[in-house]
Amino acid sequence: MSDVLRIEDLHVSVGGKLILRGVSLEIRRGEIHALMGPNGSGKSTLGMAIMGHPAYEVTEGRIELNGQDILSMDPHERARAGLFMAFQRPVAIPGVKMVDFLRHAATNIRRPDRKEGEELLPLREFRKELRAKMEQLRIDPEFARRYVNDGFSGGEMKRAEILQMAILRPKFAILDETDSGLDVDAVRLASQSIAEIGRREIGLLIITHHERLLEYNRPDFTHVMLGGRIVESGGPELAERLHREGYDSIRASYPEAAAYGDSLVKSAS
Amino acid sequence: MTHAITDPIGEINKFDFRNEERYVYKARKGLDEQIVAEISALKGEPQWMREFRLESLKIFKCKPMPQWGGLIDIDFQEIYYYIKPTDRQGRSWDEVPEEIKRTFDRLGIPEAERKYLAGVKAQYESEVVYGSLREELAQRGVIFTDMDTAVREYPDLVRQYFGTIIPPADNKFAALNSAVWSGGSFIYVPPGEQIEFPLQAYFRINAANMGQFERTLIIVDEGASCHYVEGCTAPMYSSDSLHAAVVEVVAHRGARVRYTTIQNWANNIYNLVTKRAVAYADALVEWVDGNLGSRLTMKYPSVYMREPGARAEILSVAFAGPKQHQDAGAKVVHCAPHTASRIVSKSISRGGGRSSYRGLVRIEKGAHHSKSNVVCDALILDPQSESDTYPYIEIEARDVAVGHEASVSRIGEEQLFYLMSRGLTEPEASTMIVSGFIEPLVKELPMEYAVEMNRLIALQMEGSVG
Repeated sequence: MSDVLRIEDLHVSVGGKLILRGVSLEIRRGEIHALMGPNGSGKSTLGMAIMGHPAYEVTEGRIELNGQDILSMDPHERARAGLFMAFQRPVAIPGVKMVDFLRHAATNIRRPDRKEGEELLPLREFRKELRAKMEQLRIDPEFARRYVNDGFSGGEMKRAEILQMAILRPKFAILDETDSGLDVDAVRLASQSIAEIGRREIGLLIITHHERLLEYNRPDFTHVMLGGRIVESGGPELAERLHREGYDSIRASYPEAAAYGDSLVKSAS
Repeated sequence: MTHAITDPIGEINKFDFRNEERYVYKARKGLDEQIVAEISALKGEPQWMREFRLESLKIFKCKPMPQWGGLIDIDFQEIYYYIKPTDRQGRSWDEVPEEIKRTFDRLGIPEAERKYLAGVKAQYESEVVYGSLREELAQRGVIFTDMDTAVREYPDLVRQYFGTIIPPADNKFAALNSAVWSGGSFIYVPPGEQIEFPLQAYFRINAANMGQFERTLIIVDEGASCHYVEGCTAPMYSSDSLHAAVVEVVAHRGARVRYTTIQNWANNIYNLVTKRAVAYADALVEWVDGNLGSRLTMKYPSVYMREPGARAEILSVAFAGPKQHQDAGAKVVHCAPHTASRIVSKSISRGGGRSSYRGLVRIEKGAHHSKSNVVCDALILDPQSESDTYPYIEIEARDVAVGHEASVSRIGEEQLFYLMSRGLTEPEASTMIVSGFIEPLVKELPMEYAVEMNRLIALQMEGSVG
């Protein structure tokens, strides 16, 4: 039986402000979904809510992983259940080396019942695995000894997120604007890397403005979000159309949602 | 014989407990001239040391308690000032309190070391016992012994320096130490000798109400270098204990000295330590200081840069848990031109703990072209805990560069969420953030201390969330 992530009528508030107003989405493991939409439409909010960020309050609706409700789970439990999010702006953890962080994370995810203080994955083997993955993703091995996201360039941060996905091997991954702030070559590299890691093993929800990230990850489904709702869904041709035409026609078709999104952007700035 | 370095504890055990006879002596509680004279007599000290002690006692009596730092509530008459090691009957492993055993378990300390730390077999209190100095070092003219032995065997050398860096009148607790000191290390490194491995000493306070007043003196001669490491872990006892050490370091022209301390005291201990170094031309003195536990720690390692080109580096970490106050910092005094100092201080407060950075940068008249840089970062883990900073800067020279940066942060929700989204529990995530915060100190430690430090931090962090 294939793994399923099901989101149903999800309403999410941040700081008392309603951002998502009823989002439904079903992703099967191995599928690629592109989630597009203008700024302020609620794309990242959906990701944060799936991952369980405490500031994102689910006021209505459900998220289920293989029929199991995950809303009552802490983020670390969701991660252990097989969810992953590559963040748009990953935070730095100064003084903590990538290798130590990833070894700890990988241990917890591969041994979900591990108690605190129990042994981590053997260091030597883990290093070997990490080195192999870094080589595959064309990442400098020196990277393993650097502090998590500390002083990383935009490109390095995004690649570090992809590396984490490769090591943690989730069932479902949300990639939140993994292309933002990258130049053309870096986006292509990221796109290739995601394809190599994903390879139909992971259910991917790719949040992006651009088509380029989808170059090597042709979506099975494309969803357009506007004003906290998914207003249109389609196949890969929808992503191509949005890329060509922008969001004007969508906005014109859904004036209420467009206005709601604009009001959120305005009040945030 | 590399054994002495990789396994100092095993080495100490092997060499120390050869003496079967029990020398039983415990001075009565309290402090007066008679007790001080008795301590001196028991140690078979020369006249000058006996007079030094008695004079120090007078100073101690007239000195007021410090009016800053933390609250000190000590009844000086309720303390034992001297206990000979073999006073305690051989304690068996079964008698060691469960709590301590559990701590050892979780620290992953090897069996031999545990027994030693728990006072099994190694029943020593005031007297510090060292592993045998490697033959090679002895041949190179390096002296590494306990202070008591040094007074007897190297009287001229000791007398030349003892109490010159920190005179008894420096402060009330330095005076107290000068009157009743016992144990501590003495190191002399002759000119040009580079000791490539750390010299280590473990010591403990084992008896309730027992003050520990060790006295350490390190002299590194011209162009020589040495790294001294000490670590302490004290078991829990109900009555208050006092630790008032004095550490004097002399770095002659071109010498390099690093002094590393990791202290993890029981929560009822007053840890009031005076540490000071003098650096001559082009010498480098480094203090690396980690303070965990204790009820109150007041400790400000200092370096007086007396000649041009002298440098000082002071790196410290303090962790204040529930009911603990860490008042720690550093002091650098630039007395000569072209001297340089750097202070990095990190503190962590949690569970209502309080940590204070107290530091002095003083650049004296004529000490032009001196540089000093201070960075102090505080991490506060919960709303009950506090952190404060008392930086003092006194500049009397021109053409100097002095920098001071301070930051206070709380563990951010975003950092916690990020780590938790990768499968770490909230306590694991907090511990990881704290470990990262102290990484600049930990990476300066010898391997086994780095491991121990990280484990100690993990222990301190337990129950810190939720």
